[in-house]
Amino acid sequence: MSLELRGISKSFGALLANDSIDLRVETGEIHAILGENGAGKSTLMNIVYGLVAPDKGEILVDDVVKNIKEPSDALASGIGMVHQHFMLVPVFTVAENIVLGHEKSGFAGILDLNEARERIKKVSDQFNFDVNPDDLIEGLPVGVQQRVEIIRALIYDAKVLILDEPTAVLTPQETDDLLKIMKQLKEDGTSIIFITHKLREVKAVADRITIIRRGKVVGTASPDASQNELASLMVGREVELAPDKGAHAIGDVVLKVEGLTIRDAVGRALVNNVNFEVKAGEVLAIAGVQGNGQSEVARSMVNLEEHVEGSIILDGSEVIGKSVRESLHAGIAFVPESRELDGLIGSMAIAENLILDLHDLPPYAKGIQMSPSVVLAEAEKRKEEFDIRLQSVNDPVSSLSGGNKQKVVLARELSRPVKLLVASQPTRGLDVGSIEFVHKRILEERDAGRAVLLFSTELDEVLALADRIAVMYRGEILAIVPSGVTAQELGLLMAGVVHA
Amino acid sequence: MRKLTIKRPSLRALTLPGLSFVLAMFFGALLIAFSDSTVLKHIGHPVTFIKSAGVAIWQSYLALFEGSVYNPSLAKPHDALLSWYPLSETLVTAAPLILAGLSVALAFRAGLFNIGAQGQFIFGSIAASYVGFAFHMPIGIHVVVAVLAAIIAGAIWGGLVGLLKARTGSHEVIVTIMLNYVALYFLMWLLGTTRFLRPGRRDPISPDVLPSARMPHLAGDNYRVNLGIFVALATAAFVWWLLSRSTWGFRFRAVGANAAAAKTAGISVPFVMTAVMAISGGLAGLGGAVHVLGSDFSLTSGTAGNFGFDAITVALLGRAKPMGVVFASLLFGALRAGGGTMQANTNTPIDIVLVIQALVVLFIAAPSVVKWVFRLKNLKTTGELTAKGWNG
Repeated sequence: MSLELRGISKSFGALLANDSIDLRVETGEIHAILGENGAGKSTLMNIVYGLVAPDKGEILVDDVVKNIKEPSDALASGIGMVHQHFMLVPVFTVAENIVLGHEKSGFAGILDLNEARERIKKVSDQFNFDVNPDDLIEGLPVGVQQRVEIIRALIYDAKVLILDEPTAVLTPQETDDLLKIMKQLKEDGTSIIFITHKLREVKAVADRITIIRRGKVVGTASPDASQNELASLMVGREVELAPDKGAHAIGDVVLKVEGLTIRDAVGRALVNNVNFEVKAGEVLAIAGVQGNGQSEVARSMVNLEEHVEGSIILDGSEVIGKSVRESLHAGIAFVPESRELDGLIGSMAIAENLILDLHDLPPYAKGIQMSPSVVLAEAEKRKEEFDIRLQSVNDPVSSLSGGNKQKVVLARELSRPVKLLVASQPTRGLDVGSIEFVHKRILEERDAGRAVLLFSTELDEVLALADRIAVMYRGEILAIVPSGVTAQELGLLMAGVVHA
Repeated sequence: MRKLTIKRPSLRALTLPGLSFVLAMFFGALLIAFSDSTVLKHIGHPVTFIKSAGVAIWQSYLALFEGSVYNPSLAKPHDALLSWYPLSETLVTAAPLILAGLSVALAFRAGLFNIGAQGQFIFGSIAASYVGFAFHMPIGIHVVVAVLAAIIAGAIWGGLVGLLKARTGSHEVIVTIMLNYVALYFLMWLLGTTRFLRPGRRDPISPDVLPSARMPHLAGDNYRVNLGIFVALATAAFVWWLLSRSTWGFRFRAVGANAAAAKTAGISVPFVMTAVMAISGGLAGLGGAVHVLGSDFSLTSGTAGNFGFDAITVALLGRAKPMGVVFASLLFGALRAGGGTMQANTNTPIDIVLVIQALVVLFIAAPSVVKWVFRLKNLKTTGELTAKGWNG
């Protein structure tokens, strides 16, 4: 089944989210739509799926104009969508989720799931999905939950499947599995619209690539194009994907972690006897699949974890036992894993977020009286230094894009005297331009002689920035390897495979 | 020079409370018409029915106004100003309510839901009146000491809640509800003891506070309006400064809006919780002092009335902002003061006032109703209320 969009336009107030977009997806094609956050990809797909009404333009399925006003119209036309955030009820089983809205009931109104079970098994077997219809959603890994969403679309006869940033939430292994599944579906005749900003994945599976920038189609490319070419099209200027690490001097040990063990509230070890050290002018990356204890190690550096044993020596003095504030002021810059949850206070002003850590110290406060004018002046200064794109420093920080939010976090954390930078998933969810900025900034810190401890699940990021790489698996450090390691070797280590 | 926390002139912030009040008055008017037996007699004759309903509504709301702001019939030949007597009554009711409302609003801004203003108010009343009737001190000093005692008593009662939450994670809503009962029954027990029972009385009432401990009257002894209203207004200014200009307030707001991020940035969340609840309790305690030293003078089991609970309503209505709380309290003070006159002069029961109060809050909590009725599209409905639910 083919899908064609002609002249789709949509504006939200003054913002033109889609500007007469033309797009054609052929039968059995994987068509990637590449664009930065905010380029208008999701709006376009929401229009196709009937969630948003376009201002102009038409949608054709198999060359026939369809009037799609609601998701049910899209489904009836054979268009299915897997959202970035899954639309599943966590406490229901797979089968219950799939029949939701189409429930069949038997004798005395009792829910009849047998038919659904059989169809799920059939689809699951056909594509090796390994999904059990009676499992509870909340107990399933994210990758499997996503397959449930795909099954749902297939069961309701989707011939065109829209995947909205499907890999954003997946581990490297799950991503590889998903790419395989996409190829299988394609061979089966399903057309796939693959929305993403990850270049490697596009090159791995796409047949054709359409690049969207600021609501317009700015070009099409074949998967043979280089990552740099694609990135430049996407961002609109030359982009340096692999930052030049250059030569730099490595100095003395700044951070020495010995026998670090972190337990949860019931005493299970989440991190078990971890040892490593980071020298001045060095980036040590701690790589690993999400959930293998890296988050806890990162948080323990500034005493955000309880039940910590072992020692964390920063520049000769023990960190464990200090308050969070003392740890930060001892010379640790901390970029937390989640900007929104732990890094920023969304409803407070950008200027206020920039001084969360120093708000009660001169020059921002005299005694307990704050000095708003100094706070504002400092915010304007840091806005320039970190190239934070904003309308007013008085606006709530939640009004910023992801990249600019991360710049606010960096600007705050790097304006104290810093010996060690702890950055946890610093580019998660950011677009190419912002990733480039964050990477440059991290390397600048390293070149200025700071020790950098980078926690990342992104192989590319780890390989691009690290001088040494420690791989964590099930709460332990499996190996510490030099930066020359290949992505394949690193992927295996992250899966827990150690070479004999 | 631009200021940090003052947003654009925020007339828009008044839109929702204002329109909610208008809507509540409208429904109140319907209730007045349909609960009036003389109006209902005309239900078969549309024209007379509407006429008599209009008269009933007009008279009731006029009485409400005359009972709360200005009543020309009260003027005496030698004193025309007496027609403003109702305004004095409004201010007397509003003063303790402002303070209790500030207590709830401050906690709101720090993400805590202080249901316990009632209990803190009671402890403030107890401390103020005990100092007021049991000790002899010079005029001026006496009232200051009594007020300080009330603040401290309220602060301890409130701070306890913060400490429990910080140390044990117990939810402040549950704890404050329970402590309200403890405070009330402690007061009732006290009133049975010889130290607190007024000599010669068997019903639970304490001695009057000594004249030296009373809030001075502002407009002579004909009017009950006293220094309390200025104490309340000054405190509102202080709370504004605390929240938007001080490092403490910065921390309070940070913890209220996102405790995890505040903690990550090195702010001590347990300290903030305890401090906020102590200050919040102190404000409610001060409310108790203003009530007892300003207008009531003695303790009874009903001393706190409904102040601590109306405080929650007032804080909501005032969007948890000090100025908002002041205006909301003045409005509620007027409704309370005028309600009595309305009941006395018309067929409308004072309960209508309670219905109007409840409706105002209902509409503020359900802004889409207001938006729908007044065809508003861009009404901003997210406020500064940051208290969390059960999982927060």
